[in-house]
Amino acid sequence: MHKARTNPFITVGMHGALILYTLIALFPVFVILINSFKARKAIFREPLALPDSDSFSLIGYQTVMRQGDFLLYFQNSMIVTVVSLFFILLFGAMAAFALAEYRFKGNLLMGLYLALGIMIPIRIGTVAILEMMVATGLVNTLWALILVYTAQGLPLAVFILSEFMRQVSDDLKNAGRIDGLSEYTIFFRLVLPLVRPAMATVAVFNMIPIWNDLWFPLILAPAEETKTLTLGSQVFIGQFVTDWNAVLSALSMAILPVLVLYVIFSRQLIRGITSGAVK
Amino acid sequence: MTALKLANVNKSFGEVQVLQDINLEVEEGEFVVFVGPSGCGKSTLLRVIAGLEDATSGEVTIDEQVVNQTPPSKRGIAMVFQTYALYPHLNVRGNMSLALKQDRQPKSVIEERVATASRMLNLEPYIDRYPSELSGGQRQRVAIGRAIVREPKLFLFDEPLSNLDAALRMNTRIEIANLHRQLGTSMIYVTHDQTEAMTLADRIVVLRHGRVEQIGSPMELYNNPTNQFVAGFLGSPSMNFFPAGLVHAGDDRTIGVRPENLYLADDGVLDAEVSHVEQLGADTNVVAQVDDHQITARLVGQHFIEEGQSLRFGFEPKSAYHFDRDGLRIR
Repeated sequence: MHKARTNPFITVGMHGALILYTLIALFPVFVILINSFKARKAIFREPLALPDSDSFSLIGYQTVMRQGDFLLYFQNSMIVTVVSLFFILLFGAMAAFALAEYRFKGNLLMGLYLALGIMIPIRIGTVAILEMMVATGLVNTLWALILVYTAQGLPLAVFILSEFMRQVSDDLKNAGRIDGLSEYTIFFRLVLPLVRPAMATVAVFNMIPIWNDLWFPLILAPAEETKTLTLGSQVFIGQFVTDWNAVLSALSMAILPVLVLYVIFSRQLIRGITSGAVK
Repeated sequence: MTALKLANVNKSFGEVQVLQDINLEVEEGEFVVFVGPSGCGKSTLLRVIAGLEDATSGEVTIDEQVVNQTPPSKRGIAMVFQTYALYPHLNVRGNMSLALKQDRQPKSVIEERVATASRMLNLEPYIDRYPSELSGGQRQRVAIGRAIVREPKLFLFDEPLSNLDAALRMNTRIEIANLHRQLGTSMIYVTHDQTEAMTLADRIVVLRHGRVEQIGSPMELYNNPTNQFVAGFLGSPSMNFFPAGLVHAGDDRTIGVRPENLYLADDGVLDAEVSHVEQLGADTNVVAQVDDHQITARLVGQHFIEEGQSLRFGFEPKSAYHFDRDGLRIR
């Protein structure tokens, strides 16, 4: 068993496969990045060439900075993503805790009902959502997006987190109850730190679709002051002419914040402090 | 004074009744052990006493006060869990002082009690360590310390030794016995291990299928079991049971004889074929077949007996117990 694991051929094969996959996954990002630093003609002449002294140009970034309020779009995207994630994690974890911890009538039905959303795409309800937002006057506010994304993320969050919550030792929660901790303290101080890896998983799953979404910003918040980055980038894609320099530059910049958020969450994924709590 | 009184306590989860009509009184300073096979409801009973589960009906009285509606933290109890259940984000000091902080005790009191408890349990060198940096035995001592600092009226132990290895188990068992002597507080201890029950208890409560089978001191239960279950559960190796018809033709009772009460005799009533021998040095356990019935004899000293050998065992009639078809003792 041990020998098989250290077999050099298998090791090389494994790493080879992983490296190949990494290259395939990173290739589009790489192409976007290098082309964002090239002049328009160079992009079309040799799309895969690295920018050199002839073809190097920052025209794309300049266009992006000049046109529209990109910092604002950035900020909007960031606010929507972070706040939505916060609500998804908070409410998802709370619902999951209740489902996993308390015996009450209809517990199972409630769990199924909350998980139902995984199977039904929220976009089916777009018209109704729009009508609701108009009625409540939330159209063209970031809250419209945040509420929709929270609703969209909750089913999966509840589903994943309740599984993990069930694994948290009952003894630990009971010890807290005997020591006089409130249910909220037990939830926030004892249980949440132990399911942190699961929370990070949920966060990563939800973050990318929210950041990249074009549908709901376009429908619910297309106003200039509430445009998200994805929607903002659309101004460069026209029916007849597309400013590729600008599109690629905008996309390159859009990658960065997600990358940062991802690094933060994946740290949490790795850091487990479960050891020592119970056997 | 009674430290704990259970009156007609019932507990059911939906259709399943896990505790049936439990009545028990624990005196001040008494060490009571709940023992029984897994699934007999002993842990559930402990959780009902702790307030982690509500009794479906019946009354739980701790220190002369009915506590059915009292939350666990206000019942004056402390509990030690099988899995230690230490708070992973707090060090030893933090783990021990949390309950007192929750109770808004003054700092000086907290410090003094933590110091006393850690001295009692030899935890002083580890006071600033986190649970993940402690060994299993140390963790269990911290869990016990966390219970001590609360100065409860009643200690509850839920199989505290099950996760420890054999050597450590014996040491910790002695520590718990010493602790009981020092503190003189009532303790309730749940275990499935009859050795722990016999060695620690002032009184043992034997449970089966959510019912109390018998309550009594360890020797009372050992010498005077009221039914076949209790007789078979206490004692290791456990009591031999065989139909009385093997001895007197036509007798339909069941005879129970403890392994140490069987002896080798040429005119013994049991004609047995040896199937297995365990040499323990001080004792020899002989497992043998009498017709289809397996019996175990515990012979003092070293005997050189081989598998397959034919032996005759005898026993004094007064050392035998008789049980009827329902397993009840016939005196």
